Amino acid sequence: MTDKLKLEVSDEIAIKIESMNKWFGSFHVLRDIDLTVNRGERIVVCGPSGSGKSTLIRCINALEEHQNGQIIVDGTELTSDIKNIDKIRSEVGMCFQHFNLFPHLSILENCTLAPIWVRKIPKREAEETAMHFLEKVKIPEQANKYPGQLSGGQQQRVAIARSLCMRPRIMLFDEPTSALDPEMIKEVLDTMIELAEDGMTMICVTHEMGFARQVANRVIFMDDGQIVEQNEPEQFFNNPQSDRTKLFLSQILGH
Amino acid sequence: MSDNNNSFVRHEMLSERAPPIGERGVFKWARENLFSSIFNTIMTIASVWVIYSITVGVAPWFFNGVWNAETTRECYEILDGVNGACFAVLQERFPQLIYGFKYPSTEYWRPNLATILLLVALAPVLFRSLPKGLLVFSVIYPFLAYWLIWGGTILIPTVAFVGCCIGVACYRKFSSGAFVTAILLGLFSAYLCWFLGGYLISWNDAFLSLKEVPSRDMGGFMLNLLLGTIAVSLSIPLGITLALGRQSNMPIIKWICVVFIEFIRGVPLITLLFVANVILAFFFPPETSIDLILRVIIMMTFFNSAYIAEVVRGGLAALPSGQYEAANSLGLDYSQSMRFIILPQALKISIPGIVNVSVGMLKDTTLVSIISMFDLVGMIRGPILSSTDWNGVYWELFGAAAAIFFVVCFTVSKYSQWLERQLETGKH
Repeated sequence: MTDKLKLEVSDEIAIKIESMNKWFGSFHVLRDIDLTVNRGERIVVCGPSGSGKSTLIRCINALEEHQNGQIIVDGTELTSDIKNIDKIRSEVGMCFQHFNLFPHLSILENCTLAPIWVRKIPKREAEETAMHFLEKVKIPEQANKYPGQLSGGQQQRVAIARSLCMRPRIMLFDEPTSALDPEMIKEVLDTMIELAEDGMTMICVTHEMGFARQVANRVIFMDDGQIVEQNEPEQFFNNPQSDRTKLFLSQILGH
Repeated sequence: MSDNNNSFVRHEMLSERAPPIGERGVFKWARENLFSSIFNTIMTIASVWVIYSITVGVAPWFFNGVWNAETTRECYEILDGVNGACFAVLQERFPQLIYGFKYPSTEYWRPNLATILLLVALAPVLFRSLPKGLLVFSVIYPFLAYWLIWGGTILIPTVAFVGCCIGVACYRKFSSGAFVTAILLGLFSAYLCWFLGGYLISWNDAFLSLKEVPSRDMGGFMLNLLLGTIAVSLSIPLGITLALGRQSNMPIIKWICVVFIEFIRGVPLITLLFVANVILAFFFPPETSIDLILRVIIMMTFFNSAYIAEVVRGGLAALPSGQYEAANSLGLDYSQSMRFIILPQALKISIPGIVNVSVGMLKDTTLVSIISMFDLVGMIRGPILSSTDWNGVYWELFGAAAAIFFVVCFTVSKYSQWLERQLETGKH
């Protein structure tokens, strides 16, 4: 692994979550979550499955609705008001575990659809932007193919490019490498590292601990719907405080 | 081991040879498909025998057929005891089979022209490679076809068309605001246009007028095609709307759709047609008379759209939820994500089902013969078979009806298979 990225974090607050709770039916998935993310921060969220980490980042762009507490993204509070939700969604990009590209549209159309219809950008300009970002993720030559014709790693890079075409100020990653073959993980992580170097605010649910050490400025460990521990990566990995964190780290780093 | 056995040098290269005769072309095919086992061989021989007997039985009847005669009796006289069909009835009653027995024969060019234009109007809808500009004609076509088939002054469809255009334009202009307001304003402006247009029509009702043909004079295969085309083309959008409504978060909309779909699917079409024919009249004020064809079209559209709604719902359910989430996370609103992401994929999955239901609908248009409308089957059962001239020519008439429907339905199903291949975008 290369050296740790040294990046500046501004004082401006990008996301502020205050005593947020969420239930699925009677199941209490997220309990009193407090989290403040400054602009330019790269946060890695980890934890055992079912700990609520995906649900947490899905709440940030309202794919899941939270029941109480506050989520403020870029100064806009998430309420059930559809206008606020649409505004936040266009500011926040998201990448999924299973890419979720649109299989009936070409790669280029995947990237231009939302800019044209949501941002109302002229088609030609949207296509130029799309090609710019496809070059950035190093697959401009695939622009006219369909998602089904690409490998998993390529599809995930397209998904990242598709989000970037909306010029988001925050990117959320929901286990972006969990569905990939080992040799494809690197190409996706490289793309994400580049993104971090450009100063993007990122929240990333992942189990790639190498990535966390290299890129993250903060690691959050979740269990049972609550934030158990958060710290700088060095401290987090070398000197975990809670027993639950120690157990988790010994299990994923133990072999 | 002997020392020579393991070393070998080839001095002459082998030339390419054809496979043995049993392994090529028709022999290979026959061996693999017809005689691959004892059981299959027996089945093959039995099938050949059945096909042979049917052909031997039918061929003389078909080829001895009489094409020129005035009555059944004349037919038999010409045949003179030989086994043969009496196709003369198809020739003599051809206009009746196609246009019904009341449509004025001088006006046959109008439905003919309407049918040809129908193909032109359908082309840009069915084949996406054609220029989009042709769709303008597809939009105008329904109004043009109404004028051609029913006749009357051209002002009626024109006013209807202008009203629709103004309504849509009005909706577009206000659609950035509240949805309901835009819809109401659109409807109101369209209604206003029709209302004013009504005066224009009553003031000059002979302008570019074709001879008027009332609905009860429509008949024959023209009526089947008319009912089928209109019911199918209206029920696809209605069915999609119902399917989306059934998935809605709003309980009232959801329950209206569920009740509608379940009720219509639970009732036989023939019952709905009787309702259209007889009972519906009780619900309207005595002086209003809604055209019978219109009532039948409404019922058939409802019936077909309930089935299409369920087919589309299956397609929607088959999409992974990730597609909805991806569309949402990009900031697409409900109508955009439906229009660009969800429906194109769901409808693609639903094509076989939609075509299946629609072909069924096209054939079910023959049920109107039971409520005394003279469609193709109604014409055969009624005026033709009961006439003294053509008593007892069942096989020829119903065979011809079957052939006509088969050609149309088979074409539709071939088109749908082609469309499915076109929409394939490559899987792993």
